[in-house]
Amino acid sequence: MSQRTAVVASRVGLHARPASIFTQAVAASGVDVTIAKPGEEGMDASSILMVMALGAGPGQTVVLEADGPESDRVLDELVVLLETDLDAQ
Amino acid sequence: MSEQSRVLQGVGVGRGAVWGPVARVRPAPTVPANELVPADPAAAKEMVEQAFADVAAGLRAQAGRAAGTLAEVLSATAQMADDRALRKQVLGRIDKGEPPLTALSAVVGDFASMFTSAGGYLAERVTDLVSVRDRVVARCLGVPEPGVPPLERPAVIVAVDLSPADTAALDLEMVLGIVIEQGGPTGHTAIIAGQLGLPCVVRAAGASDLLDGEIVAVDAAAGTVVVGPDAVTKARVEARRVALAALAENLADGATADGHPVALLANIGTAEDAERLTDAAVEGVGLFRTEVLFLGHATAPTEDAQAAAYTRALAAMGGRKVVVRTLDAGADKPLAFVTRAGEENPALGVRGFRLVRAAEDLLLTQLAAIARAAHETGTRPWVMAPMIATVDEAAQFAAMARAVGIEQVGVMVEVPSAALRARDVLAEVDFVSLGTNDLAQYTMATDRLLGDLVDLLDPWQPAVLDLVAATASAGVELGKPVGVCGESAADPVMALLLTGLGVTSLSMSPAAVPGVRFALARHTLAGCQEIAVAARAARTAQQARAVALALVDPEVRDVLALG
Repeated sequence: MSQRTAVVASRVGLHARPASIFTQAVAASGVDVTIAKPGEEGMDASSILMVMALGAGPGQTVVLEADGPESDRVLDELVVLLETDLDAQ
Repeated sequence: MSEQSRVLQGVGVGRGAVWGPVARVRPAPTVPANELVPADPAAAKEMVEQAFADVAAGLRAQAGRAAGTLAEVLSATAQMADDRALRKQVLGRIDKGEPPLTALSAVVGDFASMFTSAGGYLAERVTDLVSVRDRVVARCLGVPEPGVPPLERPAVIVAVDLSPADTAALDLEMVLGIVIEQGGPTGHTAIIAGQLGLPCVVRAAGASDLLDGEIVAVDAAAGTVVVGPDAVTKARVEARRVALAALAENLADGATADGHPVALLANIGTAEDAERLTDAAVEGVGLFRTEVLFLGHATAPTEDAQAAAYTRALAAMGGRKVVVRTLDAGADKPLAFVTRAGEENPALGVRGFRLVRAAEDLLLTQLAAIARAAHETGTRPWVMAPMIATVDEAAQFAAMARAVGIEQVGVMVEVPSAALRARDVLAEVDFVSLGTNDLAQYTMATDRLLGDLVDLLDPWQPAVLDLVAATASAGVELGKPVGVCGESAADPVMALLLTGLGVTSLSMSPAAVPGVRFALARHTLAGCQEIAVAARAARTAQQARAVALALVDPEVRDVLALG
């Protein structure tokens, strides 16, 4: 099990465009990734509905988890994505 | 009219007329109440999965053909239809023995209530979720997806009512006119149709019985929809279309026959609207409704974002006059980040300029952004506040606006108290503008969203005319401009009356300008004054309009179908 924490950089939080870009990246990776607030149960990170429902605001720490050979590389990429202000692009 | 024709009566918006085939907007399908558990759950799951995939593909294709905000809304909705968690939960419930559409409704219902309780941005996404559900249900039931069908030939759009999303999705090249069964003449659909210059009839009883492809003649001036029009009716409609097109060729400034100027201005909501006015024969913008920038957002737009939008609009208008109205939100235009929840009578509550009590920063930021846009474009926008009820409020707004360097400061007269004390209000500001819809709402104790009370909302109501007259005469006395930016300015007969009362500018949807220009050019100022005096002597709204109409030049009555 690989795990990473990231701080949401987007000024609007994981809503709208940032949530859309993030979940598309997860889906494209082909790896089952979960996302959660620290101490909470993980949700499917490829689901835009789940990620939006997570309600992660700007500055919120989130925990990503995945299994398998590709998981470290995929999680590293996702952390970079979360820590970029996606709405500013 | 032949015997085969029947006529639906409604309320017309605009003066245009058109004939063509009907294209029906499809209603949302209902999930059968006692849906059966499928004999073959695997097949049911496959059907639902296929429906999700088809809906997502359809939405993505629509998004690909759209642009801007509409494209973003559509592709976000497509992503919801593609959502793994949503599908997994639906399929899981089918596995547990639930009928497929019941399962789908339950899962969407769960997400919707989660989003609703989160509020703000998420709550607004509920509409998108519901639209995904309706589309998937339609696919599974084998009925057409709800909403506006793709148009292959120019058609008259017929619906019970149009949602904002339906309206946004209209392919304007293909829409001849709009007929809706519900709504009111000041509702969302009517306003959009007016702005686009599309002939529109609202509250057309029986419209839902019209069939796809059936030929109808829509006459907005008469408020009629003729089903199966004969050759004579079609020819008459065509003649009106040609006469109105000829009027649109006249680009002169607004003036009476004897040269008394009345500025003819446009109402706009976005910078794009301003850019579309480049070639329009208007002298400027009499009402720039800035709330479009604020509506549908989780947080207020920044000063930078606002300044950019205002700069674009001001630049598009070049040196022409632009009247910017500061944020008019609350009541029927709620904002996620400032509107109070649970206000029992929002139209009587904290809305318009009154938001300054709850969130002063909103207005300060907006004024700063307008001032920056004025500086950047080297123009001098006029700026006015909505919903002013007292002299103190007018003075407070004027001080705030002048502090950032705005030179022409005004307020809206939409509340009877402001009209009755217009002299004192005008002493504090440089101009006023009458919003006749709201003025009628507050004078007649009539919620403007209630179609059933449309007769009371009539700007021809004598009490409303009295308040307009009081405001106009204060302007004449003090030598300050008094505009009208309500839709009543678009009625050529009312435009003559307003001119007679001393109103100095009329602002309306650009499509209405040619008719008003033509009416003005055929009457002297004295003739307009005579109309005003006669109408104000009437005891009812109907009588007021009838006596005014009787004094209108016969050719104007004929060409504009004012009957």
